[in-house]
Amino acid sequence: MTSTPHISVQNLNVHIANQHILKDISINIPNKKVTSIIGPSGCGKTTLLKSFNRLLDNTPDVKITGKVLVDGEDIYDPNAEITHIRKKMGLLSQRPYPLPMSIYDNVAYGPRIHGNPKKAELDELVETQLKATGLWNEVKDRLKAPASKLSIGQQQRLCLARGLAVEPEIILGDESTSALDPTSTHIIEDLFIELKEKYSIVLVTHILRQARRVSDYIIFVYMGKIIEFGPTEEVLLNPKQELTKEYVKGFIS
Amino acid sequence: MIKRKLEELFIKILMILATILVVGSFFLIVGTIFSKGLPYMTWDMITKIPGGGFYIGKEGGVLNAIIGSLYVAGGATVSGLIISIPVAIFINMYLSGKNFITDVLRTVFDVLFGIPSIVYGAFGFLIMVYFGLRASLLGGIIAVTLLVIPLLVRTLDEVIRTVPGELRDAALSLGSTRWETAKVVLRQIRPGIFTAILLSFGRGIGDVASVLFTAGFSDNIPTSLHEPAATLPLAIFFQLGSPVEEVQGRAYASALILTIVVLIITVLSEILIKKFSKHKI
Amino acid sequence: MQLRLIKDKIISKLMLVFTLASVSLVIIIGVGLYYRSLPVLNNSSWGQLLSSSVWKPMKGLFGFYPFIMGTLWVTAISIIIALPLCLLTSFYLSEYAHTRVKRILIPFVNLLSGIPPVIFGVWGVLFIVPLVQNHIAPHFVEYSTGYSVLAGGLVLAVMIFPLIVSIVNEVLNTIPQELKDASLALGATKWETIKKVTIRKALPGIVAATVLAISRAFGETIAVLMVCGNNAIVPHSVFDTGYPLPALIANNYGEMMSIPLYDSALMFAALLLFIIILLFNVISRIILNRLERNLAG
Repeated sequence: MTSTPHISVQNLNVHIANQHILKDISINIPNKKVTSIIGPSGCGKTTLLKSFNRLLDNTPDVKITGKVLVDGEDIYDPNAEITHIRKKMGLLSQRPYPLPMSIYDNVAYGPRIHGNPKKAELDELVETQLKATGLWNEVKDRLKAPASKLSIGQQQRLCLARGLAVEPEIILGDESTSALDPTSTHIIEDLFIELKEKYSIVLVTHILRQARRVSDYIIFVYMGKIIEFGPTEEVLLNPKQELTKEYVKGFIS
Repeated sequence: MIKRKLEELFIKILMILATILVVGSFFLIVGTIFSKGLPYMTWDMITKIPGGGFYIGKEGGVLNAIIGSLYVAGGATVSGLIISIPVAIFINMYLSGKNFITDVLRTVFDVLFGIPSIVYGAFGFLIMVYFGLRASLLGGIIAVTLLVIPLLVRTLDEVIRTVPGELRDAALSLGSTRWETAKVVLRQIRPGIFTAILLSFGRGIGDVASVLFTAGFSDNIPTSLHEPAATLPLAIFFQLGSPVEEVQGRAYASALILTIVVLIITVLSEILIKKFSKHKI
Repeated sequence: MQLRLIKDKIISKLMLVFTLASVSLVIIIGVGLYYRSLPVLNNSSWGQLLSSSVWKPMKGLFGFYPFIMGTLWVTAISIIIALPLCLLTSFYLSEYAHTRVKRILIPFVNLLSGIPPVIFGVWGVLFIVPLVQNHIAPHFVEYSTGYSVLAGGLVLAVMIFPLIVSIVNEVLNTIPQELKDASLALGATKWETIKKVTIRKALPGIVAATVLAISRAFGETIAVLMVCGNNAIVPHSVFDTGYPLPALIANNYGEMMSIPLYDSALMFAALLLFIIILLFNVISRIILNRLERNLAG
């Protein structure tokens, strides 16, 4: 890891309703790389991901200690400006959740709340982002149609375009392909690889092959702890820890 | 063995009879209202105000009460929404994560929902006395607003809770403030808001105990908030006691109109609720 | 940028104010009614007001006993009639009825709940009162006008049908099918399963529904007022007239400002209703909330 880390987690502990979900997590997420978080279901992968943009705040009975530094700024500092932090990170959730408005307005939503762009600027921006996610040719004739009319795969790409339109630095993906058909999955995976030129990407996935296909680094989480972290090939083909070995071989799931 | 079978059969027959009685009571009521009201239903009934005094005059219809009801129920629903939408949003968006507080708040609104309308009427009357208001359209709207707030908050709260947390997360992840996120959620629940409006309007248009002290009664259509207003339930209640047959007839016709209006509202809201739960993601 | 954050802050404060204001309605109503009842409370004690049968507003004598008894009579009659019928209906709908039958019948129960009280009153006058006068009372007493606590109880019973049926139905739907299957697999009939398993599981919910129904019946005004006869005398049989508390308030608002202490006495009646119904509602809501939470957790 030559470049400075983009997200730096220091001694993060998360309790939800008296359950210790994340135990003393410290990790550096590298800049402009794809990092996958793998681990059995219920191990805390998604909680870790959501701690990066403070979406955990809305969880009942949650207690968070420790630091998460993004570009050197502690996002859990009481004085931190939460909307600013979230703007830096685009989230792509398990299923697509288009906002209840048109395709165009979905992409334009972010730029509109964060500034006061002119119509021409918006048009250009929407086109750019829809092209970046390969959606432009499919939807250019029906930009005013409700986003919910798109197929699930198209909706997920729209959600990605929507996230990119606020010019984030980091993309967080929470099993973003689990609801999609194989073709859409392939398109999204290719997009991730393409996008790491400009963005740092963190993905949660339970599909090892996917982690191998797209990621540069892998974090293996088990029972709320980070067991192993390293370059993809090393973790998957030559794991140092016994637990990682068993997970990769399929003994733990 | 035979005894067990017989017991099963006996209880099943009893259950069917009970069900017929419970469901049948609806038809009995609607049937009674229709058969009594239909003979008095004329064009004049819904286009004219009563002539010659509401208690004795034989002429005219109940347009005053129809318009008054629309004013009271409509005004109360609008002002109720202005208060309850922020409350429902606050409970769900701003207090999310604070389970104890939201539980207490929800229970309080459930309890307020159970307070009978006569108590809201009496309290509305106290407010009017306190501010030196006289029985008027405004007084009626105030009392009915208090009456429908708990209904509106409960309905909106339930509807907002059907919105998946991920949609909220999606809006927040784009850097929205809580209020901007709330606006997205409100867009998502538009049919639910419409259901709440219908339910509130139905409750407001049918209630009499709350407007009894507060709205007054008038044969004329109110032209300002400070004039007394008639409503359909009041027209039924007052005119039913008249010795003049035509006036009683106006009560029956009013009952028929009110029943039809309320049934339409209930059916619409049922359909909406069904539709809405289908669109849940 | 900063502007949207300030906007969010201001809106959140506004919402807080709206929420606090509407929630504190419970307290404001109670305090307001109590404050207006003070004149009559200074005149006579709670004990006197609640236990005296003398109702002579012109002489400043306010005994609420007949009205309290009137309320209790109609409420008790309505619950005695409605509860068994509604339980049988709910069991039929949730355990026996075909889905198609259920889908047809349940909307009518909802429609019934939408009918306004005054319509129930008109129906009571047109149907229940003559029914009591001509078909029920002659079997038991020499003469009755039909305007009686029985008529009030019958009308109220129909009014609380939808409330009980919908809550009990919901509670029954939450009981896991596996539990019933376990009993059925042991060779029990459906009714035996209901009797021994389902009822036991649903009991808290049934109690909560009953308490809610009682409080609804307690506070119902106009429908009861129209069929009860309204005499300030303690009823001794179901065919006697009665004068429930809500009817007292509704019937006398016209003169309440013209007789000294009268308005205060009526506000005291409203306060009584408020306190009793508040208690009933809090109890049933706590039971129902706990049920809901047990289910979620």
